[in-house]
Order: sequence, then structure tokens, then C-alpha cells
Amino acid sequence: MQHDHEHTHDEKGYWKATLGLIRNVLIVWFVVSYGFGIILAPMLNSIKLGGYPLGFWFAHQGSMYIFVALIFIYAKLMGNLDEKFGVSEK
Amino acid sequence: MSLQALTYLVVGLTFAIYIGIAVWARAGSTKEFYVAGGSVHPVLNGMATGADWMSAASFISMAGLISNMGYGGGLFLMGWTGGYVLLAMLLAPYLRKFGKFTVPQFFGTRYYSKGASTVAVMCLLMASTTYIIGQMTGVGVAFSRFLGVSNSTGIYIGMGIVFMYAVFGGMKGITYTQVAQYCVLILAYTVPAIFISLHLTGNPIPQLGLGSDMVGSSVSLLAKLDAISTDLGFAQYTTSTRISQFNTFIYTISLMIGTAGLPHVIVRFFTVPKVKDARSSAGWALVFIALLYTTAPAVAAMARMNLLKTINPTIMTNPDVTAPDAQLVYTERPDWMKRWEVTGLLKFEDKNGDGRIQYYNDKSKDPKFAAAGWKGSELKVNADIIVLANPEIALLPNWVIALVAAGGLAAALSTAAGLLLAISSAISHDLLKEKFMPDLTEKGELMAGKISMAGAIVIAGYLGLNPPGFAAGTVAIAFGLAASSIFPALMMGIFSKTMNKHGAIAGMLAGIGITMFYVFAHKGIFFVKGTEFLVGSLGQNFFLGIEPNAFGTIGAIVNFAVAFAVKNMTAPVPAHIAKMVEEVRIPKGSKAVDGAH
Repeated sequence: MQHDHEHTHDEKGYWKATLGLIRNVLIVWFVVSYGFGIILAPMLNSIKLGGYPLGFWFAHQGSMYIFVALIFIYAKLMGNLDEKFGVSEK
Repeated sequence: MSLQALTYLVVGLTFAIYIGIAVWARAGSTKEFYVAGGSVHPVLNGMATGADWMSAASFISMAGLISNMGYGGGLFLMGWTGGYVLLAMLLAPYLRKFGKFTVPQFFGTRYYSKGASTVAVMCLLMASTTYIIGQMTGVGVAFSRFLGVSNSTGIYIGMGIVFMYAVFGGMKGITYTQVAQYCVLILAYTVPAIFISLHLTGNPIPQLGLGSDMVGSSVSLLAKLDAISTDLGFAQYTTSTRISQFNTFIYTISLMIGTAGLPHVIVRFFTVPKVKDARSSAGWALVFIALLYTTAPAVAAMARMNLLKTINPTIMTNPDVTAPDAQLVYTERPDWMKRWEVTGLLKFEDKNGDGRIQYYNDKSKDPKFAAAGWKGSELKVNADIIVLANPEIALLPNWVIALVAAGGLAAALSTAAGLLLAISSAISHDLLKEKFMPDLTEKGELMAGKISMAGAIVIAGYLGLNPPGFAAGTVAIAFGLAASSIFPALMMGIFSKTMNKHGAIAGMLAGIGITMFYVFAHKGIFFVKGTEFLVGSLGQNFFLGIEPNAFGTIGAIVNFAVAFAVKNMTAPVPAHIAKMVEEVRIPKGSKAVDGAH
């Protein structure tokens, strides 16, 4: 297997961008589950989403939908980073 | 056709499919045996991961637990799905780039020592074994209930089936078998939920039905359930919690990072063709898991509603639950209650001798219950029967009940098979080939893998037959063990270029050690009853009031702290390892999985 990493691409910049993306996704991940679903749930329950109290909805439904969306958004943005820094597999 | 005959037919048919697939996809080389030749499509891999992931605990127990716990049960929902976000971003793509077969191989290479891989194998075996005993018990319970055989016979049958397709099929067999199992279990879970949602709210989508109004009224289902719960002295369904907010927080973290540290889930991401696929594969896995997990809270709340409605027939129109004729007369109870009474999982005791069933929170301070002559709650409903009895409570046709039986078995068997594969590869490859018998041929290794799988089935079956005094709580503990040992070490291996072998090994030992210490203090040494220690003098949950099931989070923190402290006191990581970590971080240059050196 040839090793074609002649440092023509900016590995440091790529890793920094990756960490930034991970941090942003983790902030959303934390806020919807631990924030809205647990810590702020009692407060949010006074707001209604259809028949759902909002805090309850985040704990029993919303967090999970957002988790799914987060992974695909992450995968898409990482793909973009791979291209931008020229480090994708192909 | 009778329910019994129909159940045999549906279960038999699904098994024929699983075994057929296992035989068709029989593994040839070691690589195929473990990782299906790296040729599994991300969507199929996601589906198989879903089946692998959703065990008897998810399928049978979880909705029942939520039904009893209300809002507080959400920690299982968030905890067992949120880990996939961590997995997708922090581990999966890098482990795929690393290009090894197993988790211990990663440890051996990244931490440049056999010692690190041996410690990882031990942590892995500890977590997997704790997990699998619960699965074998679940297999036994499901078989015995639906096929009308004894619990032990159920476990023997389960052992035989797992042995056949796990041992002869290998990973590829398991992957395609698990795709089939996913289809069976998701159908079995959603079909009754759709019927019940339609019946209660007129909305066929359970996730929307849970947020809708009751049929023929302008009161939402959850508001009505809150009101009925309060009438019966229970806490409001949408706000009730069993444990403190702090414990809920810690418990959720432990389940999340445990999810990302369980070897049988991680190993899935070694099997996709490319780094890119590893990222999206975790997303697909979560799509298929969320299909069941977002249905579960609807099943839980609606089953609760149906149960309370059955026992208090007038409650929908009259909130006075203590009115003389407001409770169900025992002799007029529906057939499903009679059927479950036989299993001992539903019990009635007429404490005040009035021939009616009073089911309420007898710890409630409300004087109306005593004033009405109620002498304590008279019905005991085991949480585990909620999902299984749900179609019977809602009077659904027999084929739906048979389908639920097949779904429960699919859930338990698929997880057991995935765990067995992780155990067998750890023993045959990571211990034997890498450490004790380096001259082992590929054929010999394959044989050793099969033998250790058979051995693991026998041990799991034995512990399933003689459970050392634990069942459902075991699963949460398995997550705590994975959270406190494997996850932190994997993460540091990728995100810290300077983490050395001393730090990683010390961290893993300290993390899993302190978690086991806390769990054993509460539950007994190796779960043997009567060997609990410290709780006598220090009280239950003696460390900051944290439950043993949630302690994996503390174990993980200890793991990180010890690892960094030891790293700073020992020889720095060799330059070629730091270079390797840099390469793992970029997708370019990824190649097919390679198990040899």
C-alpha cells in the first residue's frame, strides 16, 4: 500500500476544522437532551406542542429525532471538509 | 387456528429464514468470518446494527419500564440513542481507518503493547458476559411463555438456535440474518402500536397519536393520562421521576458512553467499505433504532391508559375513582388477565374483600382512599408483560400476538449472537493468536473462534439457567462497565497523540475497577446475594447519592483522570505511534481491513 501523504494537504487545518465541527454538534446534542430533556424540562412543560408538554416531548421524542439529524449533518459536513482539504479516500 | 399453533407457525417460519440465510452466507476465510469481507452496504449494516443493538431489554422491558416510570423513563430513550452521535463522530470513522478486525487489536497497536490489548480483552469479556446472561434469560422467558415450555427448556432451545447460525455463519451470516431479524422485530413492535394508536386517538402514527386528542373528545391523551394518574394517587405521567434530576443526568451519560463503548456495536463499523460509510452507517443504525425507540413511549403511555381504563371502567366519564361501582369486579375480568395470572406476572389479592380490583398508589396521602375502605393496592403488574400483553389488552387478532412473540425472540437472539461473536473473536484472535499461539494457522484460528463461541454459549446458557440473582438491572451495569473502561481509552487513543500505554492501561484498570467496586458493594461480589459490603455502614448509593446502575459515568471520569496523571509520570509515546495517530485522523489512504501484521 503506497503512502501518499506528502503533506501537500493541510493536515493541521483539517484536524482543527474537524474538532470545531465535533464541538458544534456536541453543543446541540447536549442542549436538546441534557438541557431541554432533563434540566429545563420542568420549565418547558408549560409550553405545549400539540398534546405534548414540550419538556416531556424532548425527553421522549425530540432528542431522538435531533440525534438522527445530527449524525447525517455531521457526515455531510465532514465529507465537505474531506474535499476541501483534499484528504478524501478517492 | 389456535393461538398456540399460530405462534409455532410464525416463530418456526422466521427461524427457518434466519437459518437459511446463515447457511447461504457461510463464511470461508477468517476475514469473512469476522467482518463479512468489508462488503456490507451502509444501509444494510445500519439495519443489522439495529437488530444487534435492540435486545430483549429494548423490545420486551423498556416500554414497560417507561409505562411505570412516566417521564423519568426517558433516560433510557435518550441514553440508548444519544451514544450513536458520539460513536459516529468520535470513534467509528477513525476505527475504520485504523483498519483492524477487533477492538483489542486497536489497543494492541495504538498502545504498542500486548498488555494493553489483554486488559482490553478482559474489560470486553466482562462487559459482554454481563450483557449476554440477561439475553439468554430473555430468550428463555420468551420461549417458555409463547411456546408453553419450561424456562430451562426455553434456554436449551435458544442455545441450540444461537449456536447454529452464529457458529456456522460467522459475521456475514449474522449480518444478513440480522437484517431479516430487524424486519421481523420492527413489524412486531409497530403493528400493534398502530392499531392501538388508531383506536385511542384516531391517528395511525403512534408518535403523533401520543400527542393527539382522545377519540371523541378535545382532551389530549397525555393530559387525560395525567388526570387519571392523579385521581389514583400516582404522580402525573408527564412529570413523574423515580430518581433525582442529578441521578437522571448521570445515568443518561453512563448509558450514552456505554453505548459507544460496547465492543459488539463498535465492531460493526469495521465492516463498512470506506471511512465515509462508517460515518453514515452510524446514522442509518440510529434511524432504524429510532423507529422502535420513538414508538416505545407511545406504547408505554397507551398501554398505561388501557390498563387503567380496564380496571376503572367508568374513569373516562367520572373522575371519582372511589365511587362504589367504579372498579372492575374481579370475576368479570377480561381473558388476558386470566392468561397472565397463570404466569405469576400479574397478581390479584383482594385485601378489603369487596370482590373488586383496587389499583392505586397506596403510598398516597389522599384520605379518600382510606375513607372508601381501600386497604392497599390489590393488583401487581410486572413491567415486563406490558409489551407482550399489549396486543391482548387491545383485543388484537391472534396473528398479531404471534408476531410479537417472533419479534421478542428475534430481539433476544440477534443481540446474543452479536455478543458471542465479539467474545469469540476476542478469545481466538486477540488472546490465542496474538499472545499465546502466534503460529496458529488461519484454519486453526477459525476453528478456535468456533470452539470459543460454543464455549461462550454453554457458559451463557448455564448462567441463564442459574442466574446469580440478577436480570434486568444487569444490562445497565454492562453499559457502566463499557463506559468506564473501553470508551475513554478508545477516545484518548484517537484524540490524544501523547497518551501512552502506561496511562491507557492504568486508566482502564482504575475505571473498571472502581465501577465494579461500587456495583459489587451494592449488588454483591459477582452479583452473589449476601456478599454486599459497605452499604450496611455507609447506606445505599453512598457516593453522592449515585445509583450503582449510573456509576459508569464516575468510572469514566476516574479513567480519564488516572490516564492523564500516569501519562505525565511515565515515558512519552514513541514517535511512530504519534505519527500513526496523525494518519488515523485523515480518511485518505484508507485500505481494506487487515488483521495480520
